[in-house]
Amino acid sequence: MKLHRAEEIWLIVGVGIIILAMVFTGYQAFAHGMAPPSGMETLDPQKVDETAPFDNPGIFEVGADEYEVVMTLEAFRFNPNEIEIPAGSEVHFTMTSKDVVHGIQVIGTNINAMVTPGHVQRISQKFDTPGEYLVICNEYCGVGHQMMAMTIVVK
Amino acid sequence: MDLAEKNVFHHKITEALGVNAKDATLSLTFLVVSFTALLIGGVLGLLQGLNRAGLFELPAWFDYYQTLTAHGILLLLVFTTTFAVGYFYAALSHTLGGLLPKVRNMGWIAFGCMVIGVVFVAATIIAGEASVMFTFYPPMQASPWFYIGLVFLVVGIWIAAFGAFINVAHWRKKHKGQHIPLLAFFATGVFVMLVFGSIGVAVEVLTLIPWAFGWKETINVMLSRTLFWSFGHTLVNIWYLTAISAWYVAVPKIIGGKGFSDALTRLVVILLVILNIPGGFHHQIVDPGITESWKFIHVFMSLSIGFPSLMTAFAMFAVFERTGRRKGGKGLLGWFKKLPWGDVRFLAPFIAMAAFIPGGAGGIAQTNNQLNQVVHNSLWVVGHFHLTVGVTVALTFFGISYWLIPYLSKRKFTPQINRLGIIQTILWTVGMLFMAGSMHAVGLLGSPRRTSYTTYGNHQAALSWDPYLIFLAIGGTLLIVAVLLMVYIAVHLMFFAPKGKTEFPIAEQEADAYPAPKWTERWGLTIVLLIAIVAMGYVVPIIEILDVPGSPPFRTW
Ligand code: HEM
Ligand SMILES: [Cu+2]
Ligand SMILES: [Cu+2]
Repeated sequence: MKLHRAEEIWLIVGVGIIILAMVFTGYQAFAHGMAPPSGMETLDPQKVDETAPFDNPGIFEVGADEYEVVMTLEAFRFNPNEIEIPAGSEVHFTMTSKDVVHGIQVIGTNINAMVTPGHVQRISQKFDTPGEYLVICNEYCGVGHQMMAMTIVVK
Repeated sequence: MDLAEKNVFHHKITEALGVNAKDATLSLTFLVVSFTALLIGGVLGLLQGLNRAGLFELPAWFDYYQTLTAHGILLLLVFTTTFAVGYFYAALSHTLGGLLPKVRNMGWIAFGCMVIGVVFVAATIIAGEASVMFTFYPPMQASPWFYIGLVFLVVGIWIAAFGAFINVAHWRKKHKGQHIPLLAFFATGVFVMLVFGSIGVAVEVLTLIPWAFGWKETINVMLSRTLFWSFGHTLVNIWYLTAISAWYVAVPKIIGGKGFSDALTRLVVILLVILNIPGGFHHQIVDPGITESWKFIHVFMSLSIGFPSLMTAFAMFAVFERTGRRKGGKGLLGWFKKLPWGDVRFLAPFIAMAAFIPGGAGGIAQTNNQLNQVVHNSLWVVGHFHLTVGVTVALTFFGISYWLIPYLSKRKFTPQINRLGIIQTILWTVGMLFMAGSMHAVGLLGSPRRTSYTTYGNHQAALSWDPYLIFLAIGGTLLIVAVLLMVYIAVHLMFFAPKGKTEFPIAEQEADAYPAPKWTERWGLTIVLLIAIVAMGYVVPIIEILDVPGSPPFRTW
């Protein structure tokens, strides 16, 4: 099989762009720790209330301007369902689902992760700008899915 | 007679006799179901669009999520697969000199299975027993009959696929040393993908059924998701391969040109078949339970599909330019004006191709990790697949219908229908641009998919989405008019257009075309490579999630 010259050039340029995108994505993921949320720990989804840390959901100060939010998701609420933190805080979310698959998205940030029963999902975000951030469930989880929301207040 | 002559002779016979009436009935029956699914699915789509714009509240006995589950399944699974089977069975009948009686019977059995499947699925959704979306992620648990319906659908597809394999094998035995006709080659590729791509989801559904009957207490949620997307991702490429079969084979003939290199076309088919399955994790980029490295490997695999797509883009423009110049088009772009813009059989697939440029670019963008994290599960994604499936695939299918239906019904494609078709194409395109455009924009702002109208307690961010969502309703309204027109055209061409003969357009090769290499006919080798790549992409990550503690069922709707 032989290709036309023009087709060769077209394919080389096209493939080049794709490879460049890959290299960039890989570099950010593995060299800068910007990989997507991929929590690997598991737990028994029928025993969430008895399993640490989810036996005690809440907001915990873990360092200077650094918080951990231990959160459970269930139809159709987040627990805790109100978070208040000072501006400039780094927040580490540790989450699991008590029933079906949910998703968490904080509008105006890059927080976007699936939270499935049986896995512990983790994601971190620094909140620099004060405001009232809308947090929604972005995976269909039942008849009240459109009501599953809360806010993060950054002061 | 030497082989080439024999081929021509054979072709003449089918030309003279036209389509085999029994084969035509089978294909037309599949198309009737396909357009029925389009009609019902389209109406449901409009209701969703009106709801999301805040203009219309769906009743409790058929709420937003029932509507959306039905819309997704009818359009994604039923409309597309029944069209593909009807089209490719007609193509096999035409290019291989008729279906074998045995294969025709298998086609009818496949049809029966698929109809039973659709009835089960639709009935459980309407009864409110299965508001689980077309992805049916456990541990949401639908009625067992919903899953059993899915099994019937898959089994129907498999029977249709094996019928196609039998017919192709029979032809090859009788035409030793020849390449199977290009369109039959595409059909083989599509059916190979359908069979291998649906193995994962079949395994998933077979584990869901005992759980749904209560014989098994828990289900592995992450394993189910992963098996689902091994199929879901492949399905996308199955439509794509179906659509480009018409671009390569029919469109050049319609514009009065010659086909692009037969050899390179076959290479594109083989590449798509081999490369596509292990891309499924790009639907799970923000899932837990899959390591960052495996996600990266799948992203790489799904981007490799870009290669055959780039080849296709080149091929199409090469054919257009060559044809335009032969018709006297001069200068850098003069050839462009020489293309038959007034012929809907060309216009519809052309817009389909054009839509794939932003569609494909958007796909590449959202496959990369960080960008995915911005748009995952937002309306952006819904905009993306209305552009790709809703325009690229659907408009190509419509473009095929203008000649396939009258060919099958032994009727004529009239200038009046052509004019209606052009109006249809424009309405569809503009409607989809409004709808998909606003979905992309509002998705970037964070508006989620699969969510009935809400302002989240009048939160500022959610209120800022509303102006965009109005365009969703406008697009949906234009689209429903286009759906009605298309269904009218299809019915007219099936039963009412004037009797006559319509050609099944198959482009010839350029005189200086070089023959396809022998190895393109070695499907065994292609399938071994496919299995090897699937194993490479899936064995280890699946082992990693096998022992995740299981979930009991929930019904949250
Ligand atoms: C009359 C034309 C159409 C309209 C008005 C329409 C409208 C919509 C709307 C408003 C949504 C819901 C967004 C959400 O809440 O997530 C949606 C979802 C969807 N549409 Fe369409 N659509 C149309 C045609 C099509 C076509 C032709 C296809 C495919 C061939 C299609 C496939 C889908 C799929 C797969 C979903 C997602 C279902 C899910 O998330 O489970 N639609 N459509
Ligand atoms: Cu939800
Ligand atoms: Cu995919």
